[in-house]
Amino acid sequence: MLNIPLWKRIVIWGLCALGLLTALPNAFYTRAEKHNDAVVAVEKAGFETPEQAADRALWPSFLPSNVVNLGLDLRGGAHLLAEVRVADVYKARMDGLWPEMRRALADARGELGGVRRAPSDPSELRIQIEKPEAMARAVEIAKGLASPVVTLTGVGSSDLDVTAEGNQLIIRLSEAERAATDDRTMQQSLEIIRRRVDEVGTREPTIQRQGTDRILIQVPGIGSATELKELIGTTAQLTFHPVVGRTTDGSAIAKPGTIILPSIDEEGVFYELEDVPVVTGEDLVDARPEFDQNGRPAVGFRFNPSGARKFGDYTGANVGQLFAIVLDDEVISAPRINQHIPGGSGIITGSFTVESSTNLAVLLRAGALPAKMDFLEERTIGPELGQDSIDAGRIAAVIGLVAVVAFMIASYGLFGVFASVALGINIAMIFGFLSSIGATLTLPGIAGIVLTIGMAVDANVLVFERIREEMRTAKGPARAIELGYEKAMSAIIDANITTFITAAILFFLGSGPVKGFAVTLVVGLVTSVFTAIWVTRIFVVTWFDRKRPKSITV
Amino acid sequence: MAYRLKLVPEKTNIDFFRWASLTFGGSVAMVVAAIVLTLVMGLNFGIDFKGGTTIRTESTQAVDVGAYRQAVAPLNLGDVSITEVYDPTFRADQHVAMLRIQAQEGAEAITPEIIASVEAALKGVDPSITFPSVESVGPKVSGELIRTAVLSVLAGTLAICVYIWLRFEWQFAVGAVVALVHDIALTIGIFSLFQLKFDLTIIAALLTILGYSINDTVVVFDRLRENLIKYKTTPLRDLCNLSVNETLSRTVMTSGTTLIALIALLIFGGDVIRGFVFAMTWGVIVGTYSSVYVAKNVVLFLGVKRDWGKKDDSAAGTQFATGK
Repeated sequence: MLNIPLWKRIVIWGLCALGLLTALPNAFYTRAEKHNDAVVAVEKAGFETPEQAADRALWPSFLPSNVVNLGLDLRGGAHLLAEVRVADVYKARMDGLWPEMRRALADARGELGGVRRAPSDPSELRIQIEKPEAMARAVEIAKGLASPVVTLTGVGSSDLDVTAEGNQLIIRLSEAERAATDDRTMQQSLEIIRRRVDEVGTREPTIQRQGTDRILIQVPGIGSATELKELIGTTAQLTFHPVVGRTTDGSAIAKPGTIILPSIDEEGVFYELEDVPVVTGEDLVDARPEFDQNGRPAVGFRFNPSGARKFGDYTGANVGQLFAIVLDDEVISAPRINQHIPGGSGIITGSFTVESSTNLAVLLRAGALPAKMDFLEERTIGPELGQDSIDAGRIAAVIGLVAVVAFMIASYGLFGVFASVALGINIAMIFGFLSSIGATLTLPGIAGIVLTIGMAVDANVLVFERIREEMRTAKGPARAIELGYEKAMSAIIDANITTFITAAILFFLGSGPVKGFAVTLVVGLVTSVFTAIWVTRIFVVTWFDRKRPKSITV
Repeated sequence: MAYRLKLVPEKTNIDFFRWASLTFGGSVAMVVAAIVLTLVMGLNFGIDFKGGTTIRTESTQAVDVGAYRQAVAPLNLGDVSITEVYDPTFRADQHVAMLRIQAQEGAEAITPEIIASVEAALKGVDPSITFPSVESVGPKVSGELIRTAVLSVLAGTLAICVYIWLRFEWQFAVGAVVALVHDIALTIGIFSLFQLKFDLTIIAALLTILGYSINDTVVVFDRLRENLIKYKTTPLRDLCNLSVNETLSRTVMTSGTTLIALIALLIFGGDVIRGFVFAMTWGVIVGTYSSVYVAKNVVLFLGVKRDWGKKDDSAAGTQFATGK
């Protein structure tokens, strides 16, 4: 009657073994981490240095090698919460629109008379018109310059709202266009920050959008938040160069006046370029995914007036030549100039997919930060402080564990030993689980694990106390054990679901370290219920089958 | 028979209602006192909730708070508090202090120049000083963090309440909520009384206390429900007592192991999370107390419909009461 079917035994032992195996790398943290770093570096570079090979050999590749990520508070590093001033971009758009608008209105000078820009809120463009009676015509011209917004929700709406007020023409970005612009601004800021941070090559930075206009940046291993701010503040360098030639020899020495730069997406291809750029990213106003006249994905771009002039002159004189788009000393692409491109806007065609054209547009826009950022929150944690916290947490965990084990064995004897072994497996499973899902361990997370050590035995206590009670009434120890597990179940489930509810709320509403705490709490909950109910049960049943005691003492 | 450590005798028959006016009345008085105390003395909010900057300093030389204060005073940063931190885990030559600078007028976050000037001023006092952590939170974010914190505690209480209502009866849900309010009020009260730093991690601790306290309460309720079905005519008061007595050994054991682990963390876990662990330790103590002395008193006071065993004689824990 105490039988556990074989398949169940296999599943339980299998899960335990899996837990122990996935937890193993954490016991050799530095080794496993060096191995992982080396593997990533080799994958990225495509070749392997002897040091990397040595690092890789530190950990056997047939074993799982994922380790728990240490949070900023344990590893040290910097944390920034930035708010992007998305409205900055509206002003840039309006300033960019003015020359174009002036030209269009000037063409209808006969009807409208003279036009001039009137002072206004930065997010709008006000144009004073000499002959207000022709306002309807002016509105029509202005609307002619608007283009449809391409978003999921704003289909069919125009990007400009044009209204008239007395003798003034007022042009604003439409609601849909503002949303689309904000979105682009955020994407662009994220992309720039990611590139900037990746440049310093620290391990696993977190760069996340939060809400509509915020970015969370967490970089482990960096000296201070101030340093991080400086890093993000510098602009990415986007340049357009004439192409001299193409080569596969990266180590060739560049001729005077030229530079040799690698291609970003064609392996082993290098471009020889004139070193003086024709236009730079500072002149780029916008870039977005588009389609060419044949319906193939392309990237549209637009320069400001001075960039447009330089670009127009150069393309007019060099039809048929290659023109390289270079970002941070890597050639993004080198399209052929098919025709003279006046007006400062054009499209880049090539073998694009919709996805790759979107990416390139993002990259192009990522040349410079589109808007200023305010830093709302910044934290720097030194690596020594993190190490101190890890040490303190480890000592506390070991002492807590030893004390709990002693207490359990003193209270429940052999059953206490079973519960203690299950507790050990439980802790291993927590680490294994956290490593497998790539969760981050924070200082409150360590506290969560220590708390779990205390609370994990709760389910066992419930069962053991119940067995004691049943011993007084039930017929024989086997029945008592069975009833003990059975009847304690309802309380165990209720108790753990309520804890689960609070942990879930912590996860969804909390941030950073608090979230880390919630994750360890939930993982600890699941593993402790598993080990307390199934693992101890296997121990008890196996022991009972072997010994067949007439009576038991719990 | 092997020796067993028994904190609670095999069979107890304590009348937990005997001193009900003292224990429950005492609890009510404590909660009121805690609320009044919090309103009068306020809480020592950390920068998470108030905005501002904290700088942790570490040095091999002893901390001279007066000299630090003098060094920082000429910078005109408004309210600057400097406290020395002591901890048994520190090395002999490790001297730590915390500086807290109020949020500066008009600035979203403190400027790097101010931090640099403070660091330079302190280096003037003690050249060996280092700054293991610098944290700065702008007033905009701190306002949002307060809102989120209050919201999460309310949401936690409400969600638990709904769950208990579904699993048991509404009287149990009320009892559980009263117990939870008791635990939270007393925890916030003690933070106010000793003016301990109250920051985001304390909110996490509060939610954990919610989880722990309800865990304890639910075990008692679960047994009470079982006994309600088993003994249909016994007065509710006796059943409450019986249920608490039957689960007493478990309550004490679990609180014991949890407290052991928490106290280890409190002593050896370092000063960075001491506030967090303290809140949790205190919460476990009041949470255990409230599940024994508070929750069931409310259930007894409200009374329970006694006929629900008839509809369902199968194993307890499978029934969803309709409640209202």
